[in-house]
Amino acid sequence: MKVLDVIYLLLGLMFAAAAWYNLHDRANPKHLKRALFWALYSVTFLFGTWLPPFLVGCLAIAMALLAGIGGLGKGGAAEPSEQERSAGAARLRDRLFVPALLIPAVTVLGTLLLQNYHPGGKPLVELKDATLVALGVSVVVALLAGLWMLRQPFSVPLTESRRLVDAVGPVLALPQLLAVLGAIFALSGVGHVIADLVGRFIPVDSALAVVVAYCVGMALFTLVMGNAFAAFPVMTAGIGLPLIVKLHGGDAAIMGSIGMLAGYSGTLMTPLAANFNIVPAALLELRDQNGVIKVQVPTGVALLAVNTLLMYFLVFRY
Amino acid sequence: MLTLIGVAIVILGFALRLNPLLVVVAAAVATGLAAGIDLVAIVSEFGRAFTQNRYMALVWLTLPVIGMLEKNGLKERAQALIAKVGAATTGRVLMLYMLIRQLTASLGLTAFGGHAQMVRPLVAPMAEAAAENRYGELPQETRDLIRAHSAAADNIGLFYGEDIFLAIGSVLLIKANLDQAGYALTPLHIALWAIPTAVAAYLIHAFRLWRLDRRLRSGLGKMR
Repeated sequence: MKVLDVIYLLLGLMFAAAAWYNLHDRANPKHLKRALFWALYSVTFLFGTWLPPFLVGCLAIAMALLAGIGGLGKGGAAEPSEQERSAGAARLRDRLFVPALLIPAVTVLGTLLLQNYHPGGKPLVELKDATLVALGVSVVVALLAGLWMLRQPFSVPLTESRRLVDAVGPVLALPQLLAVLGAIFALSGVGHVIADLVGRFIPVDSALAVVVAYCVGMALFTLVMGNAFAAFPVMTAGIGLPLIVKLHGGDAAIMGSIGMLAGYSGTLMTPLAANFNIVPAALLELRDQNGVIKVQVPTGVALLAVNTLLMYFLVFRY
Repeated sequence: MLTLIGVAIVILGFALRLNPLLVVVAAAVATGLAAGIDLVAIVSEFGRAFTQNRYMALVWLTLPVIGMLEKNGLKERAQALIAKVGAATTGRVLMLYMLIRQLTASLGLTAFGGHAQMVRPLVAPMAEAAAENRYGELPQETRDLIRAHSAAADNIGLFYGEDIFLAIGSVLLIKANLDQAGYALTPLHIALWAIPTAVAAYLIHAFRLWRLDRRLRSGLGKMR
């Protein structure tokens, strides 16, 4: 078993606790559905490594059906009372920041350690997993520190994580489902169809037109796919390399670097980049699901214009 | 062309505000079927990719810690801290956070920050408190606006900082793609050209945060 699998077990247990508390939440008439949703999600973390992909696929689709048809009702975990919060703040004062700041601090130190310290010439975990493992370890450290410093019973992190899991709701699983959609788009060749469509309408003789088509194309493609990484290979093979680099003699590094950044404008403006836009809206309990996107659109549009101009003035010069 | 049906379902589904989980599953199944893949293979691919992308959910592991701290008054403490800084405004708090986020990301420390770990427990309460200290109790629209701006500052700092770092996923992806096409480039060469955009991103968004402060002042200052 890999270290990462152990961390997924912890996550599975957390969602299992959310399912358990919801199971006994009589205030919500749909408590059974809500409990089942978190239980299925929990199974994908507890046993996902060993279950056949077809079965996991069925579980994930069942989750979407549970959430999508009729909804899950309102998860009724009580907010901590104002009295409780101000008493805690008065008692613990700035010590409260210690566990909160341990998470980023240990994650960063742990990542650096796991990436650079290879006892016996072998890394402790796979290098690509270093940040993820470090994040998992940092949470365990912060949790133990918090339980000790705040003198809390062990049930508190479980009831409180259930409160937050229910506050975010099923949208919590959306980023993962969108990654799945990206995989199926890739398998079905959706990207190439879009690149062909864009390529058909560009006046290729104009250097400005191909730069605009590439940058705006990156942003639009990202808007639709939710991910600039999915847009980049397709747009670069379809427009960037043949038209900007080969036909007009542009610099490949500048094209690639600024092209990717042009795609990020799309990321700022699309609900499909759920982990950056929709999930935070739920996490911050905004009433408008698109609240974060609305705030980001002006910056996204301005930066797309800046990137297009930057590329036009730089790519043919160096 | 028929494979674009999934894209259409997604756009329509999100525009009509149908349940996003259901929309995504419908789009995935429809796209796979349109491409001539059989249903069992689609569901299997679904499960494989779902398991492979479990790492996206790891950030939720911070919730037990954050929840416990919130119950004991973390937000209230963050607000008290800001109250001591007379010069603090919502815009300035977020400009400072965005700067730290962008600088750390440009050093490859992308884990320093995030919506669950930093924005909800610390940054958003501080940004709200800075406005409250000046203008008293805030209406809900204003709270939502400030919170949305807090999330945006995290995103923009991260996106336009990380591409300056040499060993980040996006730079390596660009390099791999151009290598394949026969253009051998070093990561340094690619990362260098992300700097002008990084500066522009910070300036543009900081300007918008400055305008947010003015908007709060003219909107809420009058009410008082």
